[in-house]
Amino acid sequence: MDKAKSMVDKKGASGPFHVNNGQSQKVFHSHVMVATNGSCCSSSSNAFGSSTVPSGSGTFENMHHLHRGDDAECSGSPAKRCRLRRRTESVRKHRPPFPWFGMDIGGTLVKLVYFEPVDITAEEEQEEVENLKSIRRYLTSNVAYGKTGVRDVHLELRNLTMCGRTGNLHFIRFPTQAMPRFIQMGRDKNFSSLHTTLCATGGGAYKFENEFRMMADLELLKLDELDCLIRGLLFVDRVGFNGHPECYYFQNPSDTQSCVKKPCTLDNPFPMLLVNIGSGVSILAVYSENNYKRVTGTSLGGGTFLGLCCLLTGCETFEEALEMASKGDSTNVDKLVKDIYGGDYERFGLQGSAVASSFGHMMSKEKRDSISKEDLARATLVTITNNIGSIARMCAVNEKIERVVFVGNFLRINTVSTKLLAYAMDYWSKGQLRALFLEHEGYFGAVGALMELLKTTEDP
Amino acid sequence: MAECGRVDSNTSHTMDKSITLPPDEIFRNLENAKRFAIDIGGSLTKLAYYSTVQHKVAKVRSFDHTAKAAAGDKLYEISMQEEVTARLHFIKFENAYIETCLDFIKDHLVNTETKVIKATGGGAHKFKELIERKLGLKVDKEDEMTCLIKGCNFVLKNIPHEAFVYAKHADSEFRFQTTNPDIFPYLLVNIGSGVSIVKVESEDKFERIGGSSIGGGTFWGLGALLTKTKRFDELLQLASKGQHASVDMLVKDIYGGSYGYLGLTGDLIASSFGKSATADKDFSKEDMAKSLLHMISNDIGQLACLYAKLHNLSRVYFGGFFIRGHPVTMHTITYSINFFTKGEVQALFLRHEGYLGTIGAFLKGAEEDNPNQYSWGENYAGSSGLMSVSPDMNPMQRARSGTFPFDMLEMDRLERQLVNLPLLQDPSSYIPDTVDLTEDALAREYWLYCFEEALDGVVKRAVASQPDMPEAALRAEKFRQKYRHKLQTLRQQPFAYGSLTVRSLLDTREHCLNEFNFPDPYSKIKQRENDIALKYYQKAVKSLDELSWEEKQFALVQGVLAGNVFDWGAKAVSDVLESDPEFGFEEAKRQLEERPWLVDSYDQWLERLKGPPHKCALFFVDNSGVDIILGVMPFVRELLSRGTEVVLASNSGPALNDVTNGELQILTERIAAMDPVIEAGLREDRLLLVQSGSSSPCLDLSRLDKVLAMVVRERQTDLVIIEGMGRAIHTNYYAMLSCESLKMAVIKNSWLADRLGGKLFSVVFKYEVPAGKPNKDCGAFSPS
Repeated sequence: MDKAKSMVDKKGASGPFHVNNGQSQKVFHSHVMVATNGSCCSSSSNAFGSSTVPSGSGTFENMHHLHRGDDAECSGSPAKRCRLRRRTESVRKHRPPFPWFGMDIGGTLVKLVYFEPVDITAEEEQEEVENLKSIRRYLTSNVAYGKTGVRDVHLELRNLTMCGRTGNLHFIRFPTQAMPRFIQMGRDKNFSSLHTTLCATGGGAYKFENEFRMMADLELLKLDELDCLIRGLLFVDRVGFNGHPECYYFQNPSDTQSCVKKPCTLDNPFPMLLVNIGSGVSILAVYSENNYKRVTGTSLGGGTFLGLCCLLTGCETFEEALEMASKGDSTNVDKLVKDIYGGDYERFGLQGSAVASSFGHMMSKEKRDSISKEDLARATLVTITNNIGSIARMCAVNEKIERVVFVGNFLRINTVSTKLLAYAMDYWSKGQLRALFLEHEGYFGAVGALMELLKTTEDP
Repeated sequence: MAECGRVDSNTSHTMDKSITLPPDEIFRNLENAKRFAIDIGGSLTKLAYYSTVQHKVAKVRSFDHTAKAAAGDKLYEISMQEEVTARLHFIKFENAYIETCLDFIKDHLVNTETKVIKATGGGAHKFKELIERKLGLKVDKEDEMTCLIKGCNFVLKNIPHEAFVYAKHADSEFRFQTTNPDIFPYLLVNIGSGVSIVKVESEDKFERIGGSSIGGGTFWGLGALLTKTKRFDELLQLASKGQHASVDMLVKDIYGGSYGYLGLTGDLIASSFGKSATADKDFSKEDMAKSLLHMISNDIGQLACLYAKLHNLSRVYFGGFFIRGHPVTMHTITYSINFFTKGEVQALFLRHEGYLGTIGAFLKGAEEDNPNQYSWGENYAGSSGLMSVSPDMNPMQRARSGTFPFDMLEMDRLERQLVNLPLLQDPSSYIPDTVDLTEDALAREYWLYCFEEALDGVVKRAVASQPDMPEAALRAEKFRQKYRHKLQTLRQQPFAYGSLTVRSLLDTREHCLNEFNFPDPYSKIKQRENDIALKYYQKAVKSLDELSWEEKQFALVQGVLAGNVFDWGAKAVSDVLESDPEFGFEEAKRQLEERPWLVDSYDQWLERLKGPPHKCALFFVDNSGVDIILGVMPFVRELLSRGTEVVLASNSGPALNDVTNGELQILTERIAAMDPVIEAGLREDRLLLVQSGSSSPCLDLSRLDKVLAMVVRERQTDLVIIEGMGRAIHTNYYAMLSCESLKMAVIKNSWLADRLGGKLFSVVFKYEVPAGKPNKDCGAFSPS
């Protein structure tokens, strides 16, 4: 994948920008403070605010230094001088300054990953600016933020080494609807003074770019969501889930009695069909980390499940919808093959238990009047899941790929769907296809965005 | 799934079952009906039966030569005979009428040989007992999908313009596809309650390769839950008024614009119903219905494309109750297919889609009659046409408006099997008709007006053709009403019977005349004209023989053209003929345009004649009388003299004053008696009279008698001559043949002449040699 398409906006001289060294096509983000006396803290020979980017070796010396133009930054208070030194060091070690975030702003949910360094030295601790400290404490000591923000504690990756630092990776999500409040918070916490790069992916990186800029004086480094998804997925799979495999599948998917979840590794992951089920669905054929194509997508995704459930049952959250679905019976809503043919439709090898028409029973007023919300929720879930399975299977056959990896937040706490997908892949392909799942379902885009931030040190 | 919209009883509309029907007009020819089949769907019942129709035909019979003197001046006698032909009847009506209809059938069914009724469709089981009790027939269930495919093959093969592309915003919404005799392989996507995707490879080989549970039942069931609207049609109506963007999450709702890198535009739906999960507001019924329609149509379209791609198929037909006559769903499916295949695959729909199941079930039951061995033709008089029952009108409205929601399809069994002319350059792209009136609004306006204007004259002639039948006037009046109604329908729905053309207007008129037992209104006129013309034959031939070779060639062409002016089919001419019966052959020659003609390749033709003779010429003849006897026959005589074999192709059945094969047999015999060249031609089997298989004043070279095609092939035909306005201008003007062709006609309609840049009686003489087949010997030989 061509990194040049990682879109970085240059806004005069005051934003993060990238250096193209012309060879490895690496993207650098430098946020180097200017010394209080006005001289550069590095030996750069470039003038401030230069907008042309020479090709070079990609070393620190050749990087551009930004003058934030913030006079307060250049004042001589000792604390600030210390902070500056620390930041300078961080840059010297090819490491972006804290805090480290990666963000994926989807149609329904914002996924945020936060790296909490646990190897902070006393000196660092002392030098850490107050608002950075408060962000760290706020995020790590809570599991819920405001009314809708949640930290998925069970997903936390502990003692992870990234960029030479050891820490814990936290996984946080909140509804995209709360984005204005989030930006407001960034402004209130004076996030822009930290001069970190906010790496963001997902459609919201584009949609909210202006609001970040106008309201919070923050520039987003916008990243392609599919690049981030693949990079994040491969990274998490590589580091594992606190000593356990990230990946799993279902053994005996066709038999509800003996169907069990089994961990596995994606040792040789390519090629894989990657099915990302968020609000909508994207299906990618991935041949290597940098070589993939979007095969197709469907608008019948997680957003459709929740949207229809809200309309049909009056529920308000995904959890509520899933809770209802878990108690319901879709066969009261769907018309099965046996409802029509009295049994199997042998002429075409269709089992009597196969769904002939989703919501088919609801054509009848009597049945509409007596149906339970739980049954409706279950039918909605089964309909959407089966449809995704069907399209994914066709794509796998067309692309000649046997490994189908399902990710995305639709699968969160959703064993009904994961088991159904596993069953559908196995049954309809007569065992040819295998459905694989990952524990960090919907967070890979955000992880990928974070990795972009750390890119400079990942590949020196 | 296979089933086509089976629904529970309580969703079908309760109607007053005692409603009175005009069943005489619906269940026609019931007294001879046999072999019933029924397809009961969710809301509609489709009944099929085979019947024989007894109608009058005009037969010509040569007088016994020995008794010739006693026969007076008449060349042959015309007799009206009763003939029995086979016809298939298909009737579609709402399930609410089923009991009334069964009662009616029981009361009128005379034939007691029928023991079983073939049944298919989801409702067949439910109504089994009722049918068996009412009709006393044993219900014999047939597999639904098998019936569907059989029916589909049948209509694709037998009904020209069966398939169409739907284009909502185009000048004509329906773009009919030319009939490709090679219909396999294709993909049929049947959208009933669920969706079945079937790959059809041959008459007997098909496979359900996939399907989806998200289909019409999902739209209906989910739609009813969301909008509290019960009826499928009403849901579609709601959908057509809604705005899906208020319910769906679009790409631009997520991105704030387009997702440029992937080429996804901002208006694409990222998540169906995505907004209803987050937005805290009420959504309108219309918007939700629209969103649901898009969701389901897109999903089906996507799956269809995936299957088409996997199996490498480009012809994809859509059917099932979700599609059936609903412009809204045809539009969304078309849109979806375009999107997913980037325009590479077109969504095709069928005019008689609703009948496929019952046609198939019928064919299953009629296998012993070998219906597939025959060719069948849509009877325009008895069929109601596409959209005859507006899907936007609910049955209550229809009942109030006095129109009965019955739709009919009638198909006549044709005498012989019809096939392509083997000499068509590219059968798959051959379009008989020169102007598509469905697309050309101006021309449509004119021709509809023209046919309506001519109606009085046609009625008059019809009555005059049966002087000894007092009730002829009444029948003629019924004919007038029927044909006028057809014209009115076509004004509103030009697409009702496929592409509207001058040919289809003419054919519809012939079908309507037959319907009211006016099989050959021109029989007497033809007889008189033939008698008169024969008297001049020898004189005409003699004067031609006195000319030099080159003069003679021109005079022969002039004779064909002048003869062709004698045409009762063209309004301008029939006016003259009727006011001045003495309008003579010489007079006609004088009326002809001077050379250079409007289209004039006479010089090339003459050059060609200087070359070697053709092996065999196929001549599609036109009118009786002067045309055939004084125009065509001398021309044929010259061809024979040159050493060219001649196949004269004439209509199997009557149409206007066109000479029929029966008449031509007699005429040729008489001419042979006077002319040794013709006599030798017949005797030596170098002059053949073969019927075309058609009963139309126009000519469809893709539907010709199999025997004719065989003769053409055997004789290595290398020249095709097409004569007259109906066959060479209204049709086949642009037809490309793989051998030399000559199209000759006089334009006897001032509007058409004007359109072609000529004037009344302008001449078209179009001699064409196919590219890449130049006659190398041309001019190398001296004339024979």
